[in-house]
Amino acid sequence: MSGPFWCGIDVGSSYAKAVLADAEGGVAAEAVRRTGVAFEVVAAALRADLLAALPEAAGGIVRTVATGYGRDNVAFADGTVTELTCQAVAGWHLFRRAVTLIDVGGQDTKVIVLGPDGRRKSFQMNRRCASGTGAFLEEMAARLDTTPAGLEALAARGGEAVTLSSFCTVFAKSELLSLIRSGRAVEDIALGVYDAVVRRVVEMAPLQDEIVLTGGAARPGGVLVKRFEAVLGRPVLVPAEPQMTGALGAALVAMRGGEASQ
Amino acid sequence: MPRLESTTRMQALMAEAFRECDAAAWDPGRRVAWCSSVGPVELLRALGFAIFFPENHAAMLGASRAATDLIPAASAEGYSPDVCSYMTSDIGAFRHGVTALSRVDPSITAVPRPDVLVYDTNQCRDVLDWFSFYGRQWGVPVIGVSAPRGVGEVTDDLVASVAAQIRGLVSPLESIAGRRLDAGRLREAVAVSRDTSILWRRVLSTGEARPSPLTFFDTCVHMGPAVVLRGDPRSAAYYEGLLAELEGRIARGEAAVVGERVRLYWEGMPIWGRLRDVSDLLARLGACVAGSTYCSSWVFDTLDPDAPFESMASAALELFITRTDAVKERILAAEARRYSVDGIVFHDAKTCPNNSNCRYGMPGRLAAGPGVPSVVVHSDLNDLRLHSDEGVRLALEGFVEQCTEASP
Repeated sequence: MSGPFWCGIDVGSSYAKAVLADAEGGVAAEAVRRTGVAFEVVAAALRADLLAALPEAAGGIVRTVATGYGRDNVAFADGTVTELTCQAVAGWHLFRRAVTLIDVGGQDTKVIVLGPDGRRKSFQMNRRCASGTGAFLEEMAARLDTTPAGLEALAARGGEAVTLSSFCTVFAKSELLSLIRSGRAVEDIALGVYDAVVRRVVEMAPLQDEIVLTGGAARPGGVLVKRFEAVLGRPVLVPAEPQMTGALGAALVAMRGGEASQ
Repeated sequence: MPRLESTTRMQALMAEAFRECDAAAWDPGRRVAWCSSVGPVELLRALGFAIFFPENHAAMLGASRAATDLIPAASAEGYSPDVCSYMTSDIGAFRHGVTALSRVDPSITAVPRPDVLVYDTNQCRDVLDWFSFYGRQWGVPVIGVSAPRGVGEVTDDLVASVAAQIRGLVSPLESIAGRRLDAGRLREAVAVSRDTSILWRRVLSTGEARPSPLTFFDTCVHMGPAVVLRGDPRSAAYYEGLLAELEGRIARGEAAVVGERVRLYWEGMPIWGRLRDVSDLLARLGACVAGSTYCSSWVFDTLDPDAPFESMASAALELFITRTDAVKERILAAEARRYSVDGIVFHDAKTCPNNSNCRYGMPGRLAAGPGVPSVVVHSDLNDLRLHSDEGVRLALEGFVEQCTEASP
């Protein structure tokens, strides 16, 4: 595969992602790492991962745009853009119609409304609290003495989801303790954790048009997707690689020659 | 961003006002009144009180980022961290024995001890709780106006009710001041307030120019004399100078935000502890916050020296913060047009529900009706524990990108 290529780096709060886009906007290479505590280091490592996966891209990257919490720490980026814009750009690129994007991120969740012209009409982010985010799932998994993947495996075996009513993650952990003490099946508790995320997101904005779900927790066919569909009562669209849409959007912004946001 | 040359004069004027109030507190021949920022100031001026404004003091605590360290002292005393952080930071400062005035003039070591505290609940109930704390501390009277909130049309009945309450303050205030109210002095104070208000409104209106010669963040600073020296001729003189400087900028096409490409309107309280940061962030993005409801809260240009009590009542009732959401919605739509903004930034201040106007569906109605897009930032006026730098930055950057993006 020959160039040119455009690079998007999404340094999120939990995971850092990178995409090399080709001239058609296709994903030529991609990479994911835990973000860790050294944003510049992980960004450089991601670029190395991309070039290892696609050696012919060396010298052929026209432009790099960074996004995500660590966007200012990507030393080799030519510009920065918020993940709100990147998700919107990727959402339009992938679906080409008016959709409402829900990105369940590690630290925050975003609801972005795309109009029929592909422009953002509005966006909402979760309030200060972690509820409705990937961090909530991680916290609850830890409370149930498992990993996020383990939490999903438990939830997949759940039958009747428990109701976790608290906005507050700490209070929700207390609720978990009460449920464990009362003898509720851990699988039903795990399922209730996912439902709690869905309920917090559903109340962020009117969810109109078709819904597109992205983020690391939005595995196609996974529990989060199924619970969204159950609550909304209609199918939810999920990109093939929902964790990568921010980075893909950044690469597409790079292709447009996107300006740095600051 | 270019600095307004008037800033130095403003700082000197504010320091002078604070020193005068401090001196009055030490002078057995003077009386000090604390007054809520949109309380019956003119009456106090006419009776010769030195006037101290706790809300101004609390904003200074917030702007100096001292508030967050002070609030816990009030919380420990039973004042919830969910209630007005102006109040809790001010009470915390009192408990710590510190004052923001010391930063202006180190010779001022304490807030001026009041002889009376005069409130108006037109903004919120918290101001009464706040003043009552000091009333108990010092054993001084707390009197004021219990104004209605959620005002739709400002009717004659409402005006008469509030005017009667202001008249009711005269007798107790005369007793404390040790002098009779001079009707001429009251008329004069009202006239000066009106003149100041007219000038302040003209200052704010310069933000309608493209590019704007000033930003919301400038007006947050330069509104000081409109609050602290309302009814004092020095404030009018100050605003004449500021207005001339701004009109000069407009004539020369000078922008407060170099390369202004997005125009915004700020609704709600400032984030005092991050005023500079948010200002710098938006300036880097080429976004100018050209107007605000907050700084317009000190426009009382309907004051009438010939009907001092009724016009003071009208002014207090016509405030944005006292109105129903329906009225606020109309005002915001009109303001968005007047300042030709691309969108509104709503500040949802955690401890200030009365001046967080996005909580009852307003952003959605403004988008669906007049088509004004908006973004909500979640923070607080003084308590930075309720603020996320990343969250606010992402919301504002994302909104500016939304305002400027072209169709794909």
